[in-house]
Amino acid sequence: MRSASAETCSGSRPYNQLMTAPLPVVTLEAVTVMYGQQAALREVTVSVPAGAVGLLGPNGAGKSTLIKSLLGFVVPTSGRMQVLGLDVAHAPLQIRGRIGYMPENDAHIPGMNAVSFVAYCAELSGLPRVDAMQRAHEVLFYVGLGEARYRNVETYSTGMKQRIKLAQALVHDPDLLFLDEPTNGMDPKGRDEMLALIHDLAHAKGMNVIVSSHLLPDIEFTCTHVIVMDGGRVAAQGPIAGLKQPRGQVFELRVKAPEGQDAFVQRLRAAGLECHVGDDEVMRVFVPDGGGDAARRIFAMAAAERVQVRHLRPSVPTLDDVFASAVGER
Amino acid sequence: MPIHDQGYRRYGGQRAGAGRAWAVIARAGVRTLFARRAFIGLLLLSWIPFLVRAVQIYAAANLPQAQFLAPDARMFRSFLEQQEIFLFFITVYAGTGLIANDRRANALQIYLSRPLTRLEYIFGKFAILLALLLLVTWLPAMLLLVIQVMFAGSFAFFLGNLFLVPAITIFSLIQVSAVGLAMLALSSLSKSSRYVGVLYAGLIFFSQAVYGIVRGLTRDSTMAWLSVPLDLQQIGDVVFRLEPRFHMPVWSAFVVIALLIVSSAIVLERRVRGIEVVA
Repeated sequence: MRSASAETCSGSRPYNQLMTAPLPVVTLEAVTVMYGQQAALREVTVSVPAGAVGLLGPNGAGKSTLIKSLLGFVVPTSGRMQVLGLDVAHAPLQIRGRIGYMPENDAHIPGMNAVSFVAYCAELSGLPRVDAMQRAHEVLFYVGLGEARYRNVETYSTGMKQRIKLAQALVHDPDLLFLDEPTNGMDPKGRDEMLALIHDLAHAKGMNVIVSSHLLPDIEFTCTHVIVMDGGRVAAQGPIAGLKQPRGQVFELRVKAPEGQDAFVQRLRAAGLECHVGDDEVMRVFVPDGGGDAARRIFAMAAAERVQVRHLRPSVPTLDDVFASAVGER
Repeated sequence: MPIHDQGYRRYGGQRAGAGRAWAVIARAGVRTLFARRAFIGLLLLSWIPFLVRAVQIYAAANLPQAQFLAPDARMFRSFLEQQEIFLFFITVYAGTGLIANDRRANALQIYLSRPLTRLEYIFGKFAILLALLLLVTWLPAMLLLVIQVMFAGSFAFFLGNLFLVPAITIFSLIQVSAVGLAMLALSSLSKSSRYVGVLYAGLIFFSQAVYGIVRGLTRDSTMAWLSVPLDLQQIGDVVFRLEPRFHMPVWSAFVVIALLIVSSAIVLERRVRGIEVVA
């Protein structure tokens, strides 16, 4: 991953050559961000490893604030932040020269066509004019806007605007890419294509990517590591595969309950089992301690509540389970 | 296997150091404006007084019966005063959308996520106005000086009025800085360039109207400092070594213009941010 080839402050030597262990691309130490009296981030301490990392959380969890703090748009009340080994408070311009940012909402330079816009962004990042124009054409083809590159950006559809935001974030070849809700407002086909692009960047092109999203499948598809945020705090973090490792047992259930399933759910929870009822009426029951008699215990509790178990099968934890568990959803 | 891979490629070329992005912003802004026919038309129109003055200088230099048209410091001052109307229109045409349009399109976060400071962004935008406004004030006035030397065939007038070079330069810079920064500050207050145009016209005409009322009541020009255009006129008279036309103290005109510039800078400092935080 490219974090490993990140440069020092002087911009001359990769900093992995100075250290033996690979450094995280982003570190936050006890960072608090206040909007007036409202805390958007509360004492957040986290290390973001190189590679593809998802920032996952419900709306208002603090994901965008975290990214905006790293970009220097928001000054934290307290705490310390580093990006690519550089202190955000002391070297913001050096950092911004090496990162790309795809904002959450529509953003473009008015009055420009796509290729002028992207080339302009490259020039702003320090590329010479000729190189900027060449890179703009290449990147626009890469994100799938090659045929529409001479159209004014203001005439673009929502999906195309998302792509051009990715193009402007990529054009100067950043070492680290911040993508804030990259699939917002996209149709299913466009969303799949955007996710494929992000996956390609992170896994085939070796770019460090931080994807902020409230959509679990997006994070699961594009990232190898996840940071779950809730209420301005980090609720869970780690490699997705690791977080999904069963530390107990998960069962999928369908039940028939003439008197309602609430009592059954209450009983399961009272017994220390996590229970999540999905929209499709499939109940996912997490048995933390596992054990060979877990299914038998569930059957026993169902019988006690006069609930008929029509379907029960062992399952594997998904990122949904990790997320639900981390943010305390029931 | 494609003939040419159009996938993503690393960039191995050079990058400019920090501190040059303002020039990129200024160049792009000027280029965008020069691509508009209406702006070219406005610019050409603003050079008509220059042509008239050039003919005047030619006539004075070559026709004995037109000696009464001979240029002096007052002529150059009067020329710059005539240009004020074009200064107004070009400021409105070019300036209203400079920041307002960026705010409407959420472009500030695109700019400020790149290696440039807020000051560079503001300076880049200001440089657009500076270049365009000096194009209709300082440049034609200096060219008139050159033309005078050429048509007269001697440096006598030029050497006798050497102060005109710094006078034209200083007054043009004061004028352009004041209106340019005021326009940028107003442009940062709204996402609508039309609304900004109304605000700017309000600043100019409202201050003029307030002074008009006060003058009507007092029959005196001591309160001319209330009007921004009149403050600039008073400063112009002093810079060109002419008798000030209003009874107000000269320092009051300088103070008002300085306050305008400082308050514009404060507004810009507060409004030009990557995100708008509503606490």
